[in-house]
Amino acid sequence: MRYLPLTEADRSGMLDVIGAPSVDALFRDVPAGARPGTPFDLPPSAGEMEVERHLSALAQRNLSAGCAPCFLGAGAYRHHVPAAADHLIQRGEFLTAYTPYQPEISQGTLQYLFEFQTQVTMITGMEVANASMYDGATACAEAVAMACRITRKRRVLLSGSLHPHYRDVSRTLMRFSGVQVEALAPDPVGIEDLIGRMDDGIACVVVQTPGFFGHLNDYTALAAVCHEAGALLVVAVTEPVSLGLLMPPGEMGADIVVCEGQSIAGPVGFGGPGVGLFATRERFVRQMPGRLVGQTVDADGRRGWVLTLSTREQHIRREKATSNICTNAGLVALAFTIHLSLLGEAGFARLAELNHARASALADRMGRIGGVRVVPGTFFNEFALTLPRAAAKVVEELAARGILGGVPASRFYPSYPELEDVLLVAATETNTPEEMETFAAALEEIL
Amino acid sequence: MTGGEGTVSGNRGLDLEEPLIFEQDVSGRTGVDLPEPGWVATDRLGGLRRKGPIGLPGLSEPQVVRHYTRLSQKNYGIDSGFYPLGSCTMKHNPRLGEKMARLPGFADIHPFQPDSTVQGALELMDTLARWLKELTGLPAVALSPAAGAHGELCGLMAIRAALEARGDARSRVLTPESAHGTNPATAALCGYAVESVPGNRDGRVDFGALRERLGPDVAAVMLTNPNTCGLFETDIVRIAEAVHEAGALFYLDGANFNALVGRVRIADLGVDAMHINLHKTFATPHGGGGPGAGPVVLSEALAPFAPVPYVVHGPDGFSLVEHARGSGSGPLPLGRLKGFHGQFGVLVRALAYMMSMGGDGLALASGDAVLNANYLLARLKDELSLSFPGPCMHEVLFDDRFLKDTGVSTLDFAKALIDEGYHPMTMYFPLVVHGALLMEPTESESRETLDRFVDVVTSLAARAKTKDAEFFRQAPRLTPRRRLDETLAARRPVLRWTRGSDETTAKGTS
Repeated sequence: MRYLPLTEADRSGMLDVIGAPSVDALFRDVPAGARPGTPFDLPPSAGEMEVERHLSALAQRNLSAGCAPCFLGAGAYRHHVPAAADHLIQRGEFLTAYTPYQPEISQGTLQYLFEFQTQVTMITGMEVANASMYDGATACAEAVAMACRITRKRRVLLSGSLHPHYRDVSRTLMRFSGVQVEALAPDPVGIEDLIGRMDDGIACVVVQTPGFFGHLNDYTALAAVCHEAGALLVVAVTEPVSLGLLMPPGEMGADIVVCEGQSIAGPVGFGGPGVGLFATRERFVRQMPGRLVGQTVDADGRRGWVLTLSTREQHIRREKATSNICTNAGLVALAFTIHLSLLGEAGFARLAELNHARASALADRMGRIGGVRVVPGTFFNEFALTLPRAAAKVVEELAARGILGGVPASRFYPSYPELEDVLLVAATETNTPEEMETFAAALEEIL
Repeated sequence: MTGGEGTVSGNRGLDLEEPLIFEQDVSGRTGVDLPEPGWVATDRLGGLRRKGPIGLPGLSEPQVVRHYTRLSQKNYGIDSGFYPLGSCTMKHNPRLGEKMARLPGFADIHPFQPDSTVQGALELMDTLARWLKELTGLPAVALSPAAGAHGELCGLMAIRAALEARGDARSRVLTPESAHGTNPATAALCGYAVESVPGNRDGRVDFGALRERLGPDVAAVMLTNPNTCGLFETDIVRIAEAVHEAGALFYLDGANFNALVGRVRIADLGVDAMHINLHKTFATPHGGGGPGAGPVVLSEALAPFAPVPYVVHGPDGFSLVEHARGSGSGPLPLGRLKGFHGQFGVLVRALAYMMSMGGDGLALASGDAVLNANYLLARLKDELSLSFPGPCMHEVLFDDRFLKDTGVSTLDFAKALIDEGYHPMTMYFPLVVHGALLMEPTESESRETLDRFVDVVTSLAARAKTKDAEFFRQAPRLTPRRRLDETLAARRPVLRWTRGSDETTAKGTS
């Protein structure tokens, strides 16, 4: 067994030192009834070659986006991952370290998390950010919980432009908290009136930009109304590449910004693991969930970093903690930080510009197909289309032709027949003009 | 002293000083080459274009690679050396998992592709689920929780949902005083008051005290087994019976499942729900604090309350159920706990490990983990102070009685181990003994490694007894940074870099 260094001779020698007759004897505290007489019904150990053969066969039964023009988004975006980023995160000192509880031998993790926190504040336009959450959806739910703690109010309002998974995860987290979660109906056209629904009982309003159906919104006015009513504005961003081009939520007056960092951090990977970005105002820092890295000095006066303000956290505060989170998404945060460092100011802006240009070209082409209409007037790299028939069926037919042609809205909203014909389509820098033409031509044929 | 020990650069050989990435900014540099965006007649941004610069630094690829390589060299990982961090299970992370997770058929598939195009991925999830069900004997599993604490939340929420469905939500959750902090934090998130149950002199839950606290208002008992003292809860079957008699449900914190895997069927202990940290028991990398995965196995009674999504198998192959059923009068399922379909990349790595080990290898691994811990117990019990008599399970707990009157604290002792090239054991946890030192060697360590470690610990313990406290208080001396001022960090939080801030605090990083 290649992962186990002990030999039979080691085992018997060690048992002699312990004074136990067998390894089984060390399990004497386990009730006999829980030690099955028959072995588990599982396959025996296997060499690397066999495991690789089996798993590769499974992988080959998936249509990977690299083998098919892919226009899927809806919260997970396929971008180019620089070779250097994926290489660096596999360095064993990063990959196989634990949470940096011993700062003297964890300065690598601590420094990159400090860089990550800084980058997150920069792109969102906020003052402080934590060292990551599991993903965007759980970060959104934690933002809702945090807003309720700060305002001590018991109602929250979720925009119909919020990703339905973010809506659902927020609802689940608040289910037993006594907080009433009011989710507005899906809003493909971008006409919902959040300001008209504000009142003094609301803890926070959660919106998303770009919206789930693609719209871009300026939430400056909403932020002012929220603050007047004593509520917080939470802005979710599922495609942070957009922040290279768009006004950051912090500038609009957001109190908490949450993002899914996957689109910058790495591959779509069937949706996980991602990384949740969580940023807020300095005055709320002690109500934040998750780990925070802070700067300090060592015994010789040299700059260094430590985990800090941990009196918010479960291992200190137990049932009074701001969250139960412990493990987060350190390595994915590292990938995010490395990619953003490679991009830099100029590269990040250009990447965003390129995404918008590709999506604009695709929208123009789609709009020329009979019976197809581009729904949102504004968008970044994704937009909703209405088709002349059910989008889910069209997507299946496109898949049969080897094209991953968008996400049908009905996948998220099965009980809204009016959304049956709505298809979400995204284009990124990975989509070539030729791919877009192939997609459009196939769609023309199918429709 | 500015750290350089006489060098001009401040570097010390392989220990290279590295400024923040923001301090290496040269306008005009980039680490990527992207095509020209091309001409767009009018943008569709609705006037929301960003007005000012972001402030991100410009660096070329070689600079970025060198920067993060240097940062990695300031870190200690399992790859670097022995990492006996109790309760955290720092076992070897096979690189096969990394290779498999990066296959394009796993890494480059989108979560919302039609099910017909991801049959292999869904089969992988189904296969992993079957392994976890077989290994625990429980009939259902929720794969989507992202970590142990997230799994606890899933399990406790399922328990509350099940209790509410029978019209009896109840109000209290009992946890032993030795529990992980996540247990009470999770119970509180589910709207429960938390009550602590004392332990007995053997380091286990005091069964009598537990039974006294049980009542018609107790929703669940959360127990870690083996517990955080590294001991098997010998009363567990009686505890489960008492919990069920009181109409409550029994949650097992599976953080230490690695001691039992392949040897003990969890269902036979009377458990209703348990999370499994794939990043502990099934060897996926901890990654400096994630990503992990915390699937939850559930009993028949809790299965209807499992969160979405889950994989089902029908005539057309595998498909994902993404919307909670049970509208109307039936039980109200949990809904969704996580975006997309869970930590798929972590599931791939875990299955690669399970298949490598097989049923036989997993039993061998848990046996070796327990053997290694008992070996440390046997070799160190006269040098340190053992908190509870053995045999222990996968980890062994010492306390600071051996340091009495030496002026050396558990913290000092741990920091001295750093200078010797080891990652310290877990300190000051569990809270039930004074100055805890919790050692978990895992099955990944050879006898030679353990022997060398024992020699070092023995000689440090002897040195402590000579009352050479100053030696310990000054440790570590040989690390990239010496002890850091945590009080300063908390009193004047600096949580991000700002331009100009480096000149005031960055002394010694020239």
